[in-house]
Amino acid sequence: MRPFTYERATSAAGAAKAAALTRGARFIAGGTNLLDLMKLDIERPTHLIDVSRLPMAAIAATAEGGLSLGAAATNSDVAANAEIRARYPVLSEAIVAGGSPQLRNKATVGGNLLQRTRCAYFYDTSKPCNKRAPGSGCSALEGLNRNAAIFGASPHCIATHPSDMSVALVALGARVELVSPSGDTRTLPVADLHRLPGETPQIETELIPGELITAVVLPPPPAGGQLYRKVRDRASYAGGLASVAVAGGQVALGMVAHKPWRAAAAEAALAAGASPAEAIAKELEGASSLGRNDFKVPLVARLTAAAISEVKGRG
Amino acid sequence: MRTTITVNGDMRALDLDPRMTLLDMLREHLKLTGAKKGCDHGQCGACTVLVNGVRINSCLSLAVMHDGDEVTSIEGVGTADKLHPVQVAFLNQDAFQCGYCTPGQICSTLGMLRELDAGVPSQETPPGAAPVFSEAEIRERMSGNICRCTAYPQIIEAIKQAREAQSLQGFGA
Repeated sequence: MRPFTYERATSAAGAAKAAALTRGARFIAGGTNLLDLMKLDIERPTHLIDVSRLPMAAIAATAEGGLSLGAAATNSDVAANAEIRARYPVLSEAIVAGGSPQLRNKATVGGNLLQRTRCAYFYDTSKPCNKRAPGSGCSALEGLNRNAAIFGASPHCIATHPSDMSVALVALGARVELVSPSGDTRTLPVADLHRLPGETPQIETELIPGELITAVVLPPPPAGGQLYRKVRDRASYAGGLASVAVAGGQVALGMVAHKPWRAAAAEAALAAGASPAEAIAKELEGASSLGRNDFKVPLVARLTAAAISEVKGRG
Repeated sequence: MRTTITVNGDMRALDLDPRMTLLDMLREHLKLTGAKKGCDHGQCGACTVLVNGVRINSCLSLAVMHDGDEVTSIEGVGTADKLHPVQVAFLNQDAFQCGYCTPGQICSTLGMLRELDAGVPSQETPPGAAPVFSEAEIRERMSGNICRCTAYPQIIEAIKQAREAQSLQGFGA
């Protein structure tokens, strides 16, 4: 690991300010993704700002009847929270579908949102990767791309966002709360937090430099059932090939794009009376694949139709 | 960087490079070599220890971030004269061959049983229900600990025996 300096933040605004002051600074909370990537020389921070002890791990009711999740709350604490299991089961189900218990005990809400892709070429520092080394090219285009995106990819990057939790947050219409280096606060829908790769796949979110996620706010749950389903090569402790989160009539897909994918076309079709299979077919009109990941298109079709049908059947 | 950590009940004041992981601190500074560096990337679980009673991968955590924490490694679980019931169960059930993953398996078991009792769900837990002690739950909850000798069936039997011992006499750590 390359040398870096370390400081323990004493306030969220102070952390954001410190991050803007030092070139190459990064926040660290659980560290499960960042430290892994630092050991591989993929992440090279010069300064780490420890936000894990800031008082932002609480899970609390909001005035609007929703729930606020502190950005430093661990994945395990969120998944086990009684209110979340009762009113937002899709979120709990999504979280326990990801990582191992040891990882979930450290990983946080904020860190889960900002985790990096698992694309094999992003991890291989001997190969070109526009996300890791901008302008070097995309090795995945003609390489190991079985798990590549089928929505919103570009000739510069076909990587996917690996998070399970984020898919449920998008389906639930959650928002992130942010504090900037100047101390300003703002909120963004989780669905708008991540960017599509375009020509700058190294820029993954809409966060401005130094901006810190302080919380995720869930609106009151939508009417109707909720469900998370994930398909992967191994039944436990493996990254996904595709996933779906359903919350009432709201649908999001995982591991199919550079961001957790709000299936807006499918939602509109469902609202207009389409069957689950017809609705996801509408969404998949916008899909494209490269050969090795062709299977994801019928996989997403069946997975999503089955999940929506199951939720409807419960209602 | 000055860091004070309580390890297996002993308070240790150390001056650490910020890059040092909790695992390297245990092994290199304190010569507690029970926790193993298998993959060093959080994939194998051989480095599992308890921090404030919660199991984590010590390879993916910076030691300086644990100032004030209480760490329990395998060296703090039972003694040579009086083994912990989980250790007894692993011996009785022949739950290892080479033994490399065993310290992590045992620390993980301790954390796992606590999580189960606290109602932390897994993907085997039906929505809304409290988790129950079952083979399916054990398999899922121990999936972060790899055993390349594939002693998994015996590990499950050991955990069942440990649970029985726990229900009869309870255990700390």
